[in-house]
Amino acid sequence: MAYSEKVIDHYTNPRNIGTLDKASAQVGTGLVGAPECGDVMRLQIQVSDSGVIEDAKFKTFGCGSAIASSSLATEWLKGKTVDQALAIDNMEIVEELALPPVKIHCSVLAEDAIKAAINDYRVKNGMEPLELEKSHH
Amino acid sequence: MIQIPIYLDNNSTTKCDPRVFEAMTPFFLEDFGNAASKSHAFGWKAEEAVDYAREQIAKIIGANSKEIIITSGATESNNLALKGVYEMYAAKGNHFITVSTEHKAVLDACKHLEKLGAEVSYLPVGEDGLIKVEQIQAAIKPNTVLVSVMYANNELGVIQPIREIAALCREHGVLFHTDATQAVGKIPVDVMADQIDLLSFTAHKMYGPKGVGALYVRRKNPRVKVTAQIDGGGHERGMRSGTLNVPGIVGFGKACEIAMQEMESEAARLRVLRDKLENALLEMEESYLNGHKEHRLPHTTNISFKYVEGEGLMMGIKDVAVSSGSACTSASLEPSYVLKNLGLDDELAHSSIRFGLGRFTTEEEIDFTIKCVTDAVNKLRDMSPLWEMFKEGIDLKSIEWSEH
Repeated sequence: MAYSEKVIDHYTNPRNIGTLDKASAQVGTGLVGAPECGDVMRLQIQVSDSGVIEDAKFKTFGCGSAIASSSLATEWLKGKTVDQALAIDNMEIVEELALPPVKIHCSVLAEDAIKAAINDYRVKNGMEPLELEKSHH
Repeated sequence: MIQIPIYLDNNSTTKCDPRVFEAMTPFFLEDFGNAASKSHAFGWKAEEAVDYAREQIAKIIGANSKEIIITSGATESNNLALKGVYEMYAAKGNHFITVSTEHKAVLDACKHLEKLGAEVSYLPVGEDGLIKVEQIQAAIKPNTVLVSVMYANNELGVIQPIREIAALCREHGVLFHTDATQAVGKIPVDVMADQIDLLSFTAHKMYGPKGVGALYVRRKNPRVKVTAQIDGGGHERGMRSGTLNVPGIVGFGKACEIAMQEMESEAARLRVLRDKLENALLEMEESYLNGHKEHRLPHTTNISFKYVEGEGLMMGIKDVAVSSGSACTSASLEPSYVLKNLGLDDELAHSSIRFGLGRFTTEEEIDFTIKCVTDAVNKLRDMSPLWEMFKEGIDLKSIEWSEH
């Protein structure tokens, strides 16, 4: 399968790899996927007091498209408010990275990871977790 | 000076040897006759070339040329063997025995026969990828007609105990077929010494052209027959109709001749290179060899790099052409059934890479590959959440993963 230039770029130079302190109340962590499915994403956000995502980090076990989807997600998250982040749709990732149909699940996983991270942050800060529509699988 | 990309996928297919290609060329242009044309020189010349090639093809497996049925490749040979025996011996029984790690050409042909009324036993392999003779023995029943066990596995390279299984079959009066696609031309195969009744093999895995293969069908002790699956002009003693692919057959013959001459030295050379590659990669933390270490083809190794996903890894080593057991390489999202049959965790199956060395592999290429793979594995582990958890001592099995 041929990868798009953008996937190759994110794979070769992944943005924001790393780990934030998951014990911090400012940090939300989302861990989605499963090893036996061949992809696991961990996405973390650090949220300021005013509700802006100041930092985002990821680590991903998966194919090039999964790595690129999560790398792109962290890029998009930085500087957004939590509410803006919730609006990120997996199809925007598909479009940006020109993912083929067989790789759409990678973008879905990235969207799930964003929402899981936000929910973790909400629960830590005494808010109700959001009802998430069950993902598209 | 090495040329990029490096080809280490010789279990998929091999480059045509220039000597083979050269032998084939006249049969496209000057000597283009139909080998079945008995009335003129064009036909005679083609027939003569086919006869000579058939001798070469028979010789590499210790057969008589009359026992060679030319086909389009090993998939067709496997189909002809299984379906042809099923039809031919329907009066004798309907039970087949095979192994869960066979190639799809065997497994899916068996599935097809099940729909027609066959009863098929798919025996499991051990974690080393090998089947035990006792398992076959226990599975044989009064209505068993055929046992089909591959000579060497395409993903792992493990070599099954063919001679013992064939002897057992002979003892019970059951026919024995082997898919020897990966073995012929790489290791000595002898249908007489091994007591094989039917054997499938193909040219393109041994530096011959694609689109031509053969089925060995024993003619004596016992005389084996298969019902044709392709009807027509009655070529190949009525077992496989269709105008002969003369250039392909000539190339197949030449490939067999070269393989016979060079097999021993080539295997010794490739074993050294394979071991160098394998040892270097297994030195890395959490990397595992898949399949039996000894009973194995000399040019193949299959390694899992835990906590790294196979397709992601292949992308990281794009200068080296290999195969992965990862789900992502197929549309099915299922990791390799062969590796799963060894009892490997899905995550290890997803993390596997098969390296297949070949006649044209050089030591420089192996050195390059070692560096390339090591760097990519380290890079991907640095971005793998699973690797981080492993390093923190977290048991991955204790985590409740989200299903998706």
